[in-house]
Amino acid sequence: MYPAEFRYHRASSVEEALDLLDRNPGAKFLAGGHSLIPMMKLRLAQPEVLIDIGRLDELAGVSANGDSLSIGSLTTHSEIASSPELRKHCPILAEAASKIADPQVRNKGTIGGNLAHADPASDLPAVLVALGATIQLRSRDGARAVPASDFFVELLTTSLAENEIMTAVEVPKLGAGTGSTYLKVEHPASGYAVCGAAAVVTVEGGTWTSASLAFNGVTATPLAALEVVEALIGSDATDQAIDRAVESRLSVPDPMSDLYASGEYRAALAAAYGKRALKSARDRAG
Amino acid sequence: MRVTISVEVNGTKHEREVETRTLLVHFLREDLGLTGTHVGCETSLCGACTIHMDGLAVKSCTQLAVQADGAKITTIEGLADNGNLHPMQQAFWDEHGLQCGYCTPGMIMAATKLVEDNPQATEREIREGLKGNLCRCTGYHNIVKAVAAAAKAGAPS
Repeated sequence: MYPAEFRYHRASSVEEALDLLDRNPGAKFLAGGHSLIPMMKLRLAQPEVLIDIGRLDELAGVSANGDSLSIGSLTTHSEIASSPELRKHCPILAEAASKIADPQVRNKGTIGGNLAHADPASDLPAVLVALGATIQLRSRDGARAVPASDFFVELLTTSLAENEIMTAVEVPKLGAGTGSTYLKVEHPASGYAVCGAAAVVTVEGGTWTSASLAFNGVTATPLAALEVVEALIGSDATDQAIDRAVESRLSVPDPMSDLYASGEYRAALAAAYGKRALKSARDRAG
Repeated sequence: MRVTISVEVNGTKHEREVETRTLLVHFLREDLGLTGTHVGCETSLCGACTIHMDGLAVKSCTQLAVQADGAKITTIEGLADNGNLHPMQQAFWDEHGLQCGYCTPGMIMAATKLVEDNPQATEREIREGLKGNLCRCTGYHNIVKAVAAAAKAGAPS
């Protein structure tokens, strides 16, 4: 299974990558290649030009930036899963990255490629939505920051413009009193999320002071359960409060359906795993 | 479009012109004649094509040869030392960690990195670490035993 023919350029800087993109409309960036190359083999993507950004060190690695952490778009899932900064200050992202596919895929797949591909069954999107992360984009006209909740537009579609490159993802440092959990039911063959639940909660004096809950794999874009969270805030951080909020307020519009799992089943998984994720995050908030 | 790449494979430097769409696994097998690396599913699921590239276990069916320009690669052919099997190869032999053998090169390449990264790996960690390698004979039990035996053999006593 070979991809169709294409021309190949290797960029040596972000500026050069953007210049190459301007001169080659429709070109695709190649980083780890673990979303793009399978798409090209299947002819679901057939770019005439690939711009290899895989060696742009300026886009790799995790750095602290005040109250947030900046993760370069070329950072691999393995690097995210093992990053001491992320494991300490944003453990849910390291936890989710450690559950992606398998070790070999995690060694090459990058956070930027994962998000730009916007596979609905991928593990990172809902985690970033639950964290309130920001996606940093750059073009020759300048830079802009897009909240993760606005980044995913449709199935396999993001708000990344034709002339833009993703440079980094900013996530908050989670403080004391905040707990976070990512749980997933994975497809036994592919490892993709049939349902992934991401919860980030803060508990003070036995009461929820902030909470977020989002799902992968259930709908075409990450599903933020805003009504569930609204019902929780201010109430006691008990199992009963979680069960009541999820059962009465979780709505799953247009759940995806396939041979493996019906929409109805996915919605039921979301309710079950949403509860478990919230309870686990609360326990971790300690 | 063709480009020239230079790679070091099993300690030998090679410079070759390749078509940009050549996958790394085909480059290894067809251009360099190293057919120990197998092509299985071609969809990055089965792990038969696992090699070491710059110190990491990767699936060579989901890499372009041009991406490997400048890389140091080890394939299954590069593990034995002067005809002496690598401890992981020996453990697969001793524990009968294979049936048809198709997945074996990829299993061994993934397992050597697994044990290198985690010499005290538990059975559960071995099973999780080999998640990206499928054995269609379902001979997992002896494969896991082989990896555990190799880890034990390599551990300082």
